[in-house]
Amino acid sequence: MNNPVQPAPETLAKQLALVIDLNVCVGCHACVTSCKEWNTSGAAGPLTDLNAYGERPTGTFFNRVQTFEADSYPDTQTIHFPKSCLHCEDPPCVPVCPTGASYKRKSDGIVLVDYDKCIGCKYCSWACPYGAREFDEERKVMTKCTLCVDRIYDELLPPQDRKPACVKACPTGARLFGDVKDPDSEVSQAIRERGGYQLMPEWETQPANHYLPRQITLSTVPQAQPNFRLGDFLNGEPASGKHKPGSGAMEKDAR
Amino acid sequence: MFKFLSSEPVHDATASSTADTEVKTTTCYMCACRCGIRVHLRDGQVRYIDGNPDHPINKGVICAKGSAGIMKQVSPARLTQPLLRRPGSERGEGEFEPISWERAYELLTERLGRIRATDPKKFALFTGRDQMQALTGLFARQFGTPNYAAHGGFCSVNMAAGMIYSVGGSFWEFGGPDLDRAKLFVMIGTAEDHHSNPMKIALGDFKRKGGRFISINPVRTGYSAIADEWIPIRPGTDGALFMALLHELLAQGLVDRSFLQRFTNAPQLVVLDEGEREGLFAFDPAAGPPGDGRHPHNKLAWDLASGRVVQAYPEGVEEGRQLALEGHYKLADGTRVAPAFQLLRDRVADTTPEWAEDITGIPSERIRQLAREVGETALHQAFELPIPWTDAWGKRHPTTQGRPVAFHAMRGLAAHSNGFQTVRALAVLMSVLGTIDAPGGFRHKAPYPRHIVPNYRAFNDPSMIKPNTPLNAAPLGFPAGPDELAVHEDGTPLRIDHAFSWEHPLSAHGMMHNVITNAVRGDPYEIDTLLIFMANMAWNSTMNTMEVRKKLNARGEDGNYKIPFLVVCDAFQSEMVAFADLVLPDTTYLERHDVMSMLDRPISEYDGPVDSVRVPVVEPTGNCKPFQEVLIELASRLKFPAFTREDGTRKFKDYPDFVVNFQAQPGVGFLMGWRGKDGTEHLRGDPNPRQWEMYARNNCVFQYHMPEDQQYMRNWNQPYLDFAKDKGWRQRNDPVQLAIYSDTLQAFRLAAQGKSKGRQPPEHLRERIATYFDPLPFWYAPLETACIDADRYPLAAITQRPMAMYHSWDSQNAWLRQIHSHNYLYVNPRTAQEAGIEDGGWAWVTSAWGELRCMLRYSDAVEPGTVWTWNAIGKGSGAWQLAPAADESRKGFLLNHLITEELPFAGGHISNSDPVTGQAGWYDVRVNLRPAAPEEPAETFPQIATVPSAPGVLGGARKVLAYLVPRKP
Amino acid sequence: MKPALSIILFTTIAGAAQGMVVALALATLAGIAPATALAPMLWAATGMLLVALVASFFHLGHPLRAWRTVLMWRTSWMSREVIVLPAFIALVGGWALLATLAQRDAVAPHWLAGMAIVGAVLLWYCTAMIYACIRFIQEWAHPLTVVNYTTLGLASGFVTAGALAVMAGEPGFASDIAPWALAATALAWFTRALSLRRNARLKPKSTTQTATGIQAARVVQKSMGMTGGSFNTREFFHGASAHGMRMARTGFQVLAFALPILLLAWALLSGSALAWLLALGSQAAGLLAERWFFFAQARHPQNIYYQAVS
Ligand SMILES: Nc1nc2c(c(=O)[nH]1)N[C@H]1C(S)=C(S)[C@@H](COP(=O)(O)OP(=O)(O)OC[C@H]3O[C@@H](n4cnc5c(=O)[nH]c(N)nc54)[C@H](O)[C@@H]3O)O[C@H]1N2
Ligand SMILES: Nc1nc2c(c(=O)[nH]1)N[C@H]1C(S)=C(S)[C@@H](COP(=O)(O)OP(=O)(O)OC[C@H]3O[C@@H](n4cnc5c(=O)[nH]c(N)nc54)[C@H](O)[C@@H]3O)O[C@H]1N2
Ligand code: SF4
Ligand code: SF4
Ligand code: SF4
Ligand code: SF4
Ligand code: SF4
Ligand SMILES: [Mo]
Repeated sequence: MNNPVQPAPETLAKQLALVIDLNVCVGCHACVTSCKEWNTSGAAGPLTDLNAYGERPTGTFFNRVQTFEADSYPDTQTIHFPKSCLHCEDPPCVPVCPTGASYKRKSDGIVLVDYDKCIGCKYCSWACPYGAREFDEERKVMTKCTLCVDRIYDELLPPQDRKPACVKACPTGARLFGDVKDPDSEVSQAIRERGGYQLMPEWETQPANHYLPRQITLSTVPQAQPNFRLGDFLNGEPASGKHKPGSGAMEKDAR
Repeated sequence: MFKFLSSEPVHDATASSTADTEVKTTTCYMCACRCGIRVHLRDGQVRYIDGNPDHPINKGVICAKGSAGIMKQVSPARLTQPLLRRPGSERGEGEFEPISWERAYELLTERLGRIRATDPKKFALFTGRDQMQALTGLFARQFGTPNYAAHGGFCSVNMAAGMIYSVGGSFWEFGGPDLDRAKLFVMIGTAEDHHSNPMKIALGDFKRKGGRFISINPVRTGYSAIADEWIPIRPGTDGALFMALLHELLAQGLVDRSFLQRFTNAPQLVVLDEGEREGLFAFDPAAGPPGDGRHPHNKLAWDLASGRVVQAYPEGVEEGRQLALEGHYKLADGTRVAPAFQLLRDRVADTTPEWAEDITGIPSERIRQLAREVGETALHQAFELPIPWTDAWGKRHPTTQGRPVAFHAMRGLAAHSNGFQTVRALAVLMSVLGTIDAPGGFRHKAPYPRHIVPNYRAFNDPSMIKPNTPLNAAPLGFPAGPDELAVHEDGTPLRIDHAFSWEHPLSAHGMMHNVITNAVRGDPYEIDTLLIFMANMAWNSTMNTMEVRKKLNARGEDGNYKIPFLVVCDAFQSEMVAFADLVLPDTTYLERHDVMSMLDRPISEYDGPVDSVRVPVVEPTGNCKPFQEVLIELASRLKFPAFTREDGTRKFKDYPDFVVNFQAQPGVGFLMGWRGKDGTEHLRGDPNPRQWEMYARNNCVFQYHMPEDQQYMRNWNQPYLDFAKDKGWRQRNDPVQLAIYSDTLQAFRLAAQGKSKGRQPPEHLRERIATYFDPLPFWYAPLETACIDADRYPLAAITQRPMAMYHSWDSQNAWLRQIHSHNYLYVNPRTAQEAGIEDGGWAWVTSAWGELRCMLRYSDAVEPGTVWTWNAIGKGSGAWQLAPAADESRKGFLLNHLITEELPFAGGHISNSDPVTGQAGWYDVRVNLRPAAPEEPAETFPQIATVPSAPGVLGGARKVLAYLVPRKP
Repeated sequence: MKPALSIILFTTIAGAAQGMVVALALATLAGIAPATALAPMLWAATGMLLVALVASFFHLGHPLRAWRTVLMWRTSWMSREVIVLPAFIALVGGWALLATLAQRDAVAPHWLAGMAIVGAVLLWYCTAMIYACIRFIQEWAHPLTVVNYTTLGLASGFVTAGALAVMAGEPGFASDIAPWALAATALAWFTRALSLRRNARLKPKSTTQTATGIQAARVVQKSMGMTGGSFNTREFFHGASAHGMRMARTGFQVLAFALPILLLAWALLSGSALAWLLALGSQAAGLLAERWFFFAQARHPQNIYYQAVS
């Protein structure tokens, strides 16, 4: 049911975001712990941990790397899938917040929580379809990825370091950062050229973060092209040149 | 006034937290990869660790473990003072009393001094994930004991030895795939590896550039996840796959013939007649004694152009020669001979894809296509780099030939008892494609390539073990023939781990996994003191864990321990610590000096040697002392010659002083950068007192870029060979011909067959040696298979490295353990359903050697004949300062309980290891599955009694952990 | 979703209080307001509302900052609820005060009763919209959510009013509103059954495929990225089995609707006080279960991301 009073989303001139390349993510979790270590001592911290050395250890993390399997043996694809707040352009988590603690910055589109206003009602987390918010059980406030807003503008850092901690860490270069509204940015180009897509397009939240699909590079030796079941996912026409989105892929939503 | 009502944020999310930050560079040691890191400190406390962008290894990136370094530093499991087992308590109970360092030194000096003055071999020093073997090895040698090794024997010595004995270098840290220029990358049996971040960087770039990536692995996770194609294979069968690929390549003529003729021993003539020289290379008696593995000279080849026998070198490489790779010939004296390549042809004649299909489970058609793909890509899509180079016979090659097929393999091949021959098969496969030190193929890293058989003989003379006397050779090395084995006259082993004995002749890295079992049995003799550094031998780095724990506590009839004194140096309260008589608390990597030295395993890149250091960035915790300092102190107190001046005083103040001033050869020390009095000389030069400072100022790393024309084809690149000899990395400057055919192995086989004159193996080992020391690669089923009822144990069980965990180290790490606090057994749904076990259900896993209960998960990313789990997640209760109910001990498990350290053999037993190298056969174990009964407890089996907190352990495992910068109110 | 006790208590108690106020207001408009019990019953409603308010505070991490919640009334239904609730409490409390101070049989001003009805409805609307406005919780995002909050509140309010009346010695009033209570309970059952039917037929719009963008017929999560759970596994999973859910669904319908209807019929026919009390008890238990089920049945799309520990 749509909220009649909710103002139509403004379209911002600038929208910072992450673009995650599922084609090269090996699921190493570097982005997970580098995010944790930066943010726990950064402006968003501390990110507390409970039962840190006990049963069922749990803590606040802004970023998680999950694993999915697609298709069945022997054509199985294993897909590592990092996920943090997607900084939706129309973020449902923002208008529902009764205190205004949850907000979207007009200057760059980053969605943040104001820890000094948050009453810890958790309502915004209900209003995030992506499970991207994590309530800090110790500080009793809602938390989430800040896009490292305390790094990217920190003038005390050398310019090349003004990037999110996870992006800097990622060994495979699977995490790109930039302005998705700037058509010339690295992220916009990647989205365009690699068929970048958004998660759960059905809710029209317009996540700023995009994902780049798996691409299968076929053999350059024609006779060596497998033609039996092990390579079933290679059947069909390559999308462009020798690349073809594999079954782990989704082409950009046609909307 | 109403600002608090304003819609402006109250909390400043952009507030900088980087003011007052001090940044120090050092080298990570959350794993063996050794990336450069920047440690950001505030008020002396570590706040953030990121990758050093100016470091050649990781270029600024970092991994999950490296980013969690802070939690290692504040781990409650940190030991902080020396501990002595409480009198009357049993080993394993973990009851300790704190003692002073002085008391610890006195105890050790007294005890070790006594051993050294009587029978030095009664002291054994074994080290785990050690990166300072140049020092630990030196300590053992100076002590006078051969009983020294690091962890390589249970890790990947098959990979090292199999390749080094074939191409003079290896994967692991010695070389790797050139993904910058490869078009096709075939990764076999690799999960995470020592080259963790560099591999990820390279894979990301490679895929972005459109390179094609094939993974051959029973499991599809991690790196394999992003492979363009996954070829599932049954564990332990890769050798068959490689043999079938060789069959296809040879049949299709997809081999680099001119490379084989010039740069390998493929054209060399092998004696076919029975007798003393059978299977060895023919030689010209007029030109001197026969060459052996270490002396490649004086061998013969058949020149088709002139129709006669020629000296393989130098005549064979003269212009106009056309050395035969095939055929059968006769020497002037009538000896029947054939080129080694002909024998390879004969060998692979029957190893058809159909044959391999039955063994590997890979359809024969797929094998054919793979052969085509690697062959055509290597040979028909090759490129040349405009880099001229000169080979060892003076020929100037106008360009450097690229071979754009790169392979990489690790423990999926190595950790099987057929791993040596499997790795040999891969090396031969790479060699016939010409991808050795070629652009786009496999590339060496300095100081590799070594000679094939490297010029390092292991200590092997029983008469040289003498009181108060250093050994005349290093304990570890590379035997080139039976005479170099470390055995007594009667053929019995010299070393406690039986390394370099007839049981495992080429055990180049020692056999740490045998030490406890052998020492307890007194086989071949009893020892007095066992010093274990950085190895968790009471848990995850031992096979048959529960029994080995009992052995650590075993007493003889006299009531004394079978291993009378056990010293453990660890930084954390690991499972091993509980068994120690004396515990030496080590520092962490952020608290100490370390070197990644050319004398050991440097971090070299393809384009030249690189070494690096760690420097302390925080103060040591409590009374922790770097183990290096302990060794220097003990070596000085025990007055080892290398550590003592003429007048008996100590030579080195401390470890940093030792690193700067110790010289292995004149001008060659632990570090190669900034040598010479004023630090202007590199690679070789006098000691520089300010060397540490210069490393610290330069990102803790020294990198040397070779000139472009010395970066490739280094087995034969004369300017490079000269240079390497000059810098002390090699003893000679002769070329390293690839060993398609290994006469070294044949020398052992001849001894076993009683055909050669020298040393011969004991009777019960003859057949074993004759079988496995085959000069040509071949596939055989892993040894365990022959010892068990294969029908009862239909499944192969293996482990993999999780990327976010390092062995047992990281369970004390509050962040990493949240990612993997316990493990499951992953099973193909088909297999699990046949066994009647549901997803998430509890199951019993049984091998011929033991059983365990664990939880199971369905996965379509595993071959149906294989089950697997993450390595070393399971923990002993109470260890690592984890709560007794922690997931690691109640829901986590070790596969090691199912793996035996010994196999029945010849009425007795023998190590469950590769018969050639002694590599532990971790991945050979076979199991079956059955559901656990509903009434059984929902916890893993076996469980151990909870170990109490060690005194002085950092502790403080609070319920809530908040690591933060104190913020302004 | 994992039902939170504080929210279950808050919504059910407040709902019943609102319903009771509506009952009293309607009775006032119809001129059949209970003479002696009006003030105590209004006080009871006020008390119930206050208890609900307190319960809701237990849901907050920082109750002291709760005042901030009024600021975002332009966008947030929760904010609106937080404004309407105290206003309504004040209104009911004021009416109670007035009723207490007024002459024994003075008639309450009709405008006050009218305002009370409007307030109650507004509050139901706000409360229900908190849930109904979350468009991707498909079980909730429907006008039936508003309808049900209203009808369930009415039913429980009327039953509470009847039960309190018999306890306060006004069986006449109880008999007067028994048909209302019966009708409201039946209506509530009907509207709730409609939403149950709708929810049973819902096809989740989000799938593992849309959540990940992986277009394969079979996509399953193998690891959620942590083994010890997180906020996202604690807040959004109720942990009850499918069987438990079926039991809850049948159970709340019996307790909240079927049984109360029988008991109310009995009360209507016999004027039995016990029947009223039993109806109240049964319905209260049933509605708590209903509210639990309301939350538990809501399948949050975020759960797609948190399927597997390994
Ligand atoms: N089932 C199965 N078992 C295996 C393997 C497998 O694949 N499967 N892999 C094998 C292989 S390849 C290896 S290399 C071994 C590894 O096994 P180990 O060499 O035993 O490695 P770790 O478990 O890391 O334990 C090393 C010890 O070092 C301690 N430590 C950590 N940091 C420091 C430090 O700075 N100083 C000191 N003094 N100690 C420190 C840790 O607390 C720990 O007790 O495991 C082997 N075990
Ligand atoms: N994060 C992390 N990194 C590490 C370590 C760690 O503990 N954690 N340990 C370090 C150490 S000591 C080592 S030795 C290296 C080891 O690095 P790897 O060799 O990559 O380590 P393993 O996990 O043993 O990988 C074995 C791989 O081989 C596969 N495999 C098993 N049997 C077979 C087989 O018969 N054929 C084929 N083709 N594949 C097979 C397994 O599925 C697995 O993927 O990693 C190092 N790096
Ligand atoms: S991902 Fe969730 S938390 Fe982030 S902006 Fe979108 S709705 Fe809000
Ligand atoms: S938890 Fe905090 S941020 Fe979220 S809705 Fe409540 S007040 Fe707003
Ligand atoms: S952008 Fe910053 S806060 Fe967000 S996931 Fe990356 S490291 Fe964490
Ligand atoms: S750091 Fe990069 S490769 Fe590793 S899990 Fe995160 S996104 Fe994937
Ligand atoms: S790969 Fe190893 S050395 Fe490099 S950052 Fe990670 S843990 Fe540290
Ligand atoms: Mo290893």
